[in-house]
Amino acid sequence: MFSLGLNSGAFWARPLRAASRRMIATAKTSAARQQEILIAQRKNRPVSPHLTIYQPQLTWYLSSLHRVSGVILAFGFFATTIAFGTSALLGLGLTSSNLARWYHEKVPRWMDLTAKGSFAYLFAFHFANGLRHLIWDAGKALTLRGVYTTGYAVMAVMALGGSYLLTW
Amino acid sequence: MSGILKRNIVGVIARRGLATEVAQEARLKTFKIYRWNPDHPAEKPKLQEFKVDLNKCGPMVLDALLKIKDEQDATLTLRRSCREGICGSCAMNIGGRNTLACLCKIDTDVSKQTKIYPLPHMYIVKDLVPDLTQFYKQYKSVQPYLQRSKVPEDGRENLQSIEDRKKLDGLYECILCACCSTSCPSYWWNQEQYLGPAVLMQAYRWLVDSRDQASKFRKEMLQNSMSLYRCHTIMNCTRTCPKGLNPGYAIAEIKKALATS
Repeated sequence: MFSLGLNSGAFWARPLRAASRRMIATAKTSAARQQEILIAQRKNRPVSPHLTIYQPQLTWYLSSLHRVSGVILAFGFFATTIAFGTSALLGLGLTSSNLARWYHEKVPRWMDLTAKGSFAYLFAFHFANGLRHLIWDAGKALTLRGVYTTGYAVMAVMALGGSYLLTW
Repeated sequence: MSGILKRNIVGVIARRGLATEVAQEARLKTFKIYRWNPDHPAEKPKLQEFKVDLNKCGPMVLDALLKIKDEQDATLTLRRSCREGICGSCAMNIGGRNTLACLCKIDTDVSKQTKIYPLPHMYIVKDLVPDLTQFYKQYKSVQPYLQRSKVPEDGRENLQSIEDRKKLDGLYECILCACCSTSCPSYWWNQEQYLGPAVLMQAYRWLVDSRDQASKFRKEMLQNSMSLYRCHTIMNCTRTCPKGLNPGYAIAEIKKALATS
């Protein structure tokens, strides 16, 4: 017993200190006061990081690309049709031959490639991924394996179909 | 007496010493852990670096976290309970994906850091502890219990065929750790109204239960633009589920059921 050092002061010092600390840390409070503290604390709580720290995964990357491509394609489509519509209404003289002439004369090569390339690849992707969503809506291919095989298939369609449209 | 005791103790220590002496040099793994203390709310959340010797640590991330809490910084705050993936308490974002710390092996490549954040886009109570009040409220809102207008005639069990029981497999195992819901971008942006994958899967679990008779009411509750239809089939939920369940499929089945009813 004594050889284990149970009689030494140092042996008991730590638990005694811990016990006294415990006693100091205890504070009486009421339910109403607790609620007040909680409400005050909730005002300060930060939102944990999300988009910037989440692992890059095919799932949400393709989903965001679907939305972005949809927005860009729709913007292009509506900008063109509305321009033609207002021009016809107000007689501003925008016709397809005018537009084509302006495009061939004024638009530099890099801008031409950017516009056609983004349209070709984004359209191919959006089209294929739209079909993927229709398959999902039918309840098919909704396993992890299904999500990934269809995801890679869509990317293949984007690469092949986009290149085809671009060189058409 | 005391002489024998002493010799025995010395002997044990020496033998122990030999057993661990074989151990190689320290394999120090760096963990970067999200810290925020409600006692100092003005201080911004930050990542704090800890080093753990993997030779003296269990294989799971939870082991490392508890070792840090024991030996380096007792103020590190996290939830944990069962350490075997059945309570769902230690759900957090490890290396960028949501999972349970107790089921997630430490990446033994010591040249790489492992970053540990709380579940994404949640209000933080302290360090790795998110406020799940809203999540539990949403779970309560789908009335996750059996609803029947009458009890069975023999006054005993509500019987179910084996096929009907099979429909509940893959649904009832959910431990509500909130990994899937907090991995969902739709839930990040709309968690005030969108129920999220975990809760919707439980809604489906009661919809397909052949013993439950409140299907019509349950469907009506979901028939609005926010509760269910904020799901855009992103499928982060299925990708991240630490129990290998498929909430995305359950939601798609609810959508089908609503479309055809």
